[in-house]
Amino acid sequence: MSKKLDQFNIIIIGTGGQGLITLLQIVAEAALSEGYDIRTSELHGLSQRGGSVEVHIRFGKKIYSPLVSQGKADLILGLETQECLKTAYFANPKTIFLINKHIIPIPLQKSISEEKILGNLKKFIKNISVVSANEICQKELGTTVTTGIYLLSLASFKNLIPLKPNSILKAIKKIVPEKYFELNKKTFELAKNYEKGQKK
Amino acid sequence: MIMEILLNKPGKKIILLGNEAIVRGAMESGVQFVSTYPGTPASEIGDTFYKIKNNFYFEYSTNEKVALEAGIGASFSGLKTLVAMKSFGLNVALDALLPFLYTGTKGPTVIIVADDPSCHSSAQSEENSRSIAYLAHIPILEPADPQECKDFVKLAFQISEKFKIPVMIRTTTRVAHQRAPVKLEKIIIGDTCGKFEKDSKRFVTLPPRVLEMKKELLEKIEKIKAFSENSLINKIENQKLETPKQSKLATGQVRNWKLGIITSGVSYLYIREALQELNLDLPVLKLGFFYPLPEKKTQNFIKNLKKVLIVEELEPCLEKEVLRIAKNVNCKLQIVGKKLIPEVGELRPEIVTSTIAKFANKKYKFAICNLKFPIMKRFPQLCPGCPYWLVISAIKKAVDINKVIFGGEIGCYMLFGNPPVNLQDYLSCMGSSVGIAHGIKKSTGQKIISFVGDSSFFHAGIPALINAVFNKSNPLIIILENQTTAMTGHQPHPGAPIVPNGIKIEEIVRACGVKYVKTIDQINQVEFINTIKEFLEKPEVSVIIARRPCIFVAKK
Ligand code: SF4
Repeated sequence: MSKKLDQFNIIIIGTGGQGLITLLQIVAEAALSEGYDIRTSELHGLSQRGGSVEVHIRFGKKIYSPLVSQGKADLILGLETQECLKTAYFANPKTIFLINKHIIPIPLQKSISEEKILGNLKKFIKNISVVSANEICQKELGTTVTTGIYLLSLASFKNLIPLKPNSILKAIKKIVPEKYFELNKKTFELAKNYEKGQKK
Repeated sequence: MIMEILLNKPGKKIILLGNEAIVRGAMESGVQFVSTYPGTPASEIGDTFYKIKNNFYFEYSTNEKVALEAGIGASFSGLKTLVAMKSFGLNVALDALLPFLYTGTKGPTVIIVADDPSCHSSAQSEENSRSIAYLAHIPILEPADPQECKDFVKLAFQISEKFKIPVMIRTTTRVAHQRAPVKLEKIIIGDTCGKFEKDSKRFVTLPPRVLEMKKELLEKIEKIKAFSENSLINKIENQKLETPKQSKLATGQVRNWKLGIITSGVSYLYIREALQELNLDLPVLKLGFFYPLPEKKTQNFIKNLKKVLIVEELEPCLEKEVLRIAKNVNCKLQIVGKKLIPEVGELRPEIVTSTIAKFANKKYKFAICNLKFPIMKRFPQLCPGCPYWLVISAIKKAVDINKVIFGGEIGCYMLFGNPPVNLQDYLSCMGSSVGIAHGIKKSTGQKIISFVGDSSFFHAGIPALINAVFNKSNPLIIILENQTTAMTGHQPHPGAPIVPNGIKIEEIVRACGVKYVKTIDQINQVEFINTIKEFLEKPEVSVIIARRPCIFVAKK
């Protein structure tokens, strides 16, 4: 393996039920397969019932804290657009945001518009990409259950994550139940094609 | 994925959750008997044992006290035993725990207790279970990460075996729910058949023997203290580097600053992170034993220091110990702890970094995003399609919610307290909604509907129900029978359909002396609404059992 990274810090944010822990497991396995040290942190129980959920993944030569420090995230994957505002705490001007264009309304509250969210984040953060992952998955696969996998795969094809796409695919195979692997693989390929299309 | 934990490949590294590493540690120790009651952040311990169920006995008990009692019985019968629970479970189990320290173990016994600083998944209090050391005289080990979870469980079994005493492992959310690579060692397969040999001197805590037992316990603790002094899990790092740091004071006078840090558990990881970030080399005493503390090692560590920083979450337990120990060896030592480290809420790496920077007088600044935009709060909600929504809608139609008091309980339905539902006027511990409802009824003439889930009812609701009948009050109790322990991950309980011939709650309720009992599927809204109205007027305790499975049970 070539020169090892000192550390790479990822935050994935969304709401309970979007499969964040599976994504965390996939990244961790992929990082292990590339010889990195890993520490992650997640929450279970109450917070999983549709509340905000954020998971932390760190890998590198030697990692101590399972939590990403304030301002130290290298990559933030947002599965729900409004939730991304909360992760600003972990961002610095160089942090990369990959955001799913998807608003899940909060009962009794007016949703914040995408323009407002991005407008505010852009005051501080340069590198923000927004993808309609839910829409693409629904259209191409007929389901949105693998939206997170789509976003993660896209991050690896865009080189936003210093892990090989193939390591991610292998990790997907290891982590997701066998009967869902085909769907997940299709999602992975979909992200690959999207990225190819963008580059043309 | 879960099956990787069963690999018998010594030397292989796999990623494990802290809780899974505890299970693996038990398997590598040859565990024979496991009991638990689920509770976040400890639940995956039981769930993992439940899934791999082989070569040992496993049960979900009705509550933590019963789980511990079962474990005590197994230990008395010579089996290697593990009992797991969350912080509040320890409170429930406490009555059984204290005498267990007096009798000691026969089969080595490890008790896992998981605290939840910041109350991510804990509704009742922010508990620091380390305090139990002083009450129970139970040795406590504190791992920082999954590898230590596994190693400390194995060590705890060894200590228990050697000193015939139960040993507690205290984790916190960021340890229990941390994933990291763990190096596997050999799995040992135990036998699940023990033998109880009569020995009343050992197992009966009757006075006057009980006081002798206490003396024996304190003697054991002294011996374990000596063991703790030599244990590698209490380690000093960077001490070689402890060259006096020079720092100029404003007066131009130069003084030697000698600094050190003492810590335990996950805080240690934040310290290593901070020292790296700040490019500092301070000596660190990392305590694997919280109790009994290696006093001599601690004395040696602090005796030449000017200032020591104690980094620990929640109450200043270590800080008080160091304060006491310092008196004899270094009475001028400045001990800094809760003055800089918050006592409420979990620590985060950036808190520790900025604290160490302050402590060591090092400038530290980095770019942070000061987003001034108001961020909305997303409260957890009942799942769409949850059977409880039907209970909520019926109640809102049956009564004026401002004129009725609503008693809350621990379970998914404590989300009744969140908007837009707002049906929760008090919330305390497991089983308490009924007990408190009785007290309010006896003190006022107000109407009360108190909720209790089926798992909570089995856990601690039954004595409270009997009390309300016996002492004659008349709350309306709605037992939410969703046929699972939903909130902690859908574990089975005695009334769940997964259990053949599961216990029928209405039979228990009737046997408790309740005359007004009705079991209704809340999908029948009209009947449900009418029954609420009718039962609220009854002069005696009344119970509605709202029987409709959680959507996750229905799916199975
Ligand atoms: S897990 Fe089951 S009981 Fe809990 S909120 Fe969801 S549907 Fe309701």
